Amino acid sequence: MDQRTSTQSQPTTQPIRLETGTAARTEQPTAGSAWSKDTGAGAAPDRSATRHDVVFQARDVSVHYGSAPALVNVSLAIRQREITAFIGPSGCGKSTFLRCFNRTNDLIPSARITGQIDYHHQNLYAKDVDAVEVRRRIGMVFQKPNPFPKSIYDNLTFGPKVNRMKVDFDEVVETSLRRAALWDEVKGKLKQNAYSLSGGQQQRLCIARALTVDPEVILMDEPCSALDPIATAHIEDLMRELEHDYTIIIVTHNMQQAARVSDRTAFFTAEVESENDDRRFGRLVEIGDTSMIFSNPNDRRTEDYISGRFG
Amino acid sequence: MAVATSERPNRQVDGGFRAPVGNTVRERFTQLVLFLATCVALVVLVTLLVDIVRDGVGGLSLNFLTQYTSRVAENAGIRAGLTGTLSLMVLVALMTFPLGVGAALYLEEFAPRNRWTRLLEANINNLAGVPSIVYGLLGLSVFVFFLGFGRSLITGALTLTLLVLPVVIVASREALRAVPREIRDGGLALGATPLQVALRQTLPAAIPSILTGMILSLSRAVGETAPILVAGAVGSRRADNEPWNLSEAYTAIPIQIFDFVKRPQEEFQIQVASAAIIVLMTLLLFMNSAAIIIRNRYARNR
Repeated sequence: MDQRTSTQSQPTTQPIRLETGTAARTEQPTAGSAWSKDTGAGAAPDRSATRHDVVFQARDVSVHYGSAPALVNVSLAIRQREITAFIGPSGCGKSTFLRCFNRTNDLIPSARITGQIDYHHQNLYAKDVDAVEVRRRIGMVFQKPNPFPKSIYDNLTFGPKVNRMKVDFDEVVETSLRRAALWDEVKGKLKQNAYSLSGGQQQRLCIARALTVDPEVILMDEPCSALDPIATAHIEDLMRELEHDYTIIIVTHNMQQAARVSDRTAFFTAEVESENDDRRFGRLVEIGDTSMIFSNPNDRRTEDYISGRFG
Repeated sequence: MAVATSERPNRQVDGGFRAPVGNTVRERFTQLVLFLATCVALVVLVTLLVDIVRDGVGGLSLNFLTQYTSRVAENAGIRAGLTGTLSLMVLVALMTFPLGVGAALYLEEFAPRNRWTRLLEANINNLAGVPSIVYGLLGLSVFVFFLGFGRSLITGALTLTLLVLPVVIVASREALRAVPREIRDGGLALGATPLQVALRQTLPAAIPSILTGMILSLSRAVGETAPILVAGAVGSRRADNEPWNLSEAYTAIPIQIFDFVKRPQEEFQIQVASAAIIVLMTLLLFMNSAAIIIRNRYARNR
């Protein structure tokens, strides 16, 4: 909030963005050109002028699982308080790349990461960086809603407890649930098991849970792929709401979703290593303003993919 | 579209949906054979139970539970065996739980995946299959003689702990493995350390299955005769002690049953032994029911 320069610009851009979002959802356009967000494009330069602070700068990031490359030489910047979408076909390494930003790949013994990811000019993979601390500052929401098999309340206090945050738990629970637009639905049943919630509610609980430890960035790995369209719409509205205070990176298979919610889009592709080898690895094709990627991409491959001519 | 369908051969169901005769007969016959196989096992079990209950129910009384053993069948009781078995159970549970769960947590959550770990895992799995008498001999040489615990309650408890430990480790590992990966991911993504995730999320989620495995292994330990017989349980009046005295001689219900059957008098061989068997089986039934109840409650809460 504090880094936004003009407070008057917010009321004007905000309703417009919501409108484009709903319009895109109802029209269900099929051609790439139809996805261009006219209003969004108008707002984009304004936005980037006010908050182009770079949160992450990835330089030549490659990930190998064992000897097999998963992702090769990716360099890009993630801007503060924007939603960046990673799109691309299966096996293009976009989820792998997302997991590099909070060092979740470290947990896979065979994964090896080269290159550098700077988080506010601090290399996340430097020797003295504690991966646990990184994960606290950079939250993550997963593909499948994964609440803990405990009460809603306990789900939300776990983060503050393990991080020894000196906070009022009741307050954290209420604030995070309100921010995740779930408070009104669950305020009367905080002691109930989180598994009693619907899938969409569970995913919003997981988002609320990520907010409890006050991260700066939220990584979302296909957060809506297990949800129905109504729950998806809820999460997308929520993302646009959260964008004011958090930097969000979302991996999605749903191109309309990328077009609807994101400010910038990065398109990845899967390349075959050699003719006689079926192994694929990911590459970044291009990154740019979402309106540009979806209406006038620089690369032919991007255009083919978003217009459905891929393959 | 219309062209495609017209080109397809028009399949007609001319024979209806009746199955060929041979199929039905073979199906029925196989099912009957399988049913008979089940019956054999069941009939044997029921015969055994009926026989034991008929022989032993007359010997059951409150006195039978509260009195020590005696040379006279009417006065004989299994107090020593009952307290011994209960003491063993509690001691074994107290020692097995931290050791078994600790080992399972290490192997499942923290151990590096290398040759050394695989060797360790293979050994534990093999230990679960070692005959119980071997554990008895181990208990005799290590606890009775080497460590000088003598033929005491603690020796029996330690021996049985060694016996059930591998089984508990294997069962606990399976319980931990059944906890979805996503739970761990969720915990780690909040900035919890792997230890915090293991102790506060993974283990609590696995506890019901771990307890089920624990109780089932304990009920196996309670029924064991060979290892504690070798490791110094006594069947005679020398076991008439206070329960809980770790350094005193001890006995257990299976040992007493063995003792009763060995005696020359027929009343002991049949009535008293059968009564003791009923007590032991009731105890085991309770433990297994507890395991089932815990498992079901867990299944409902998911």
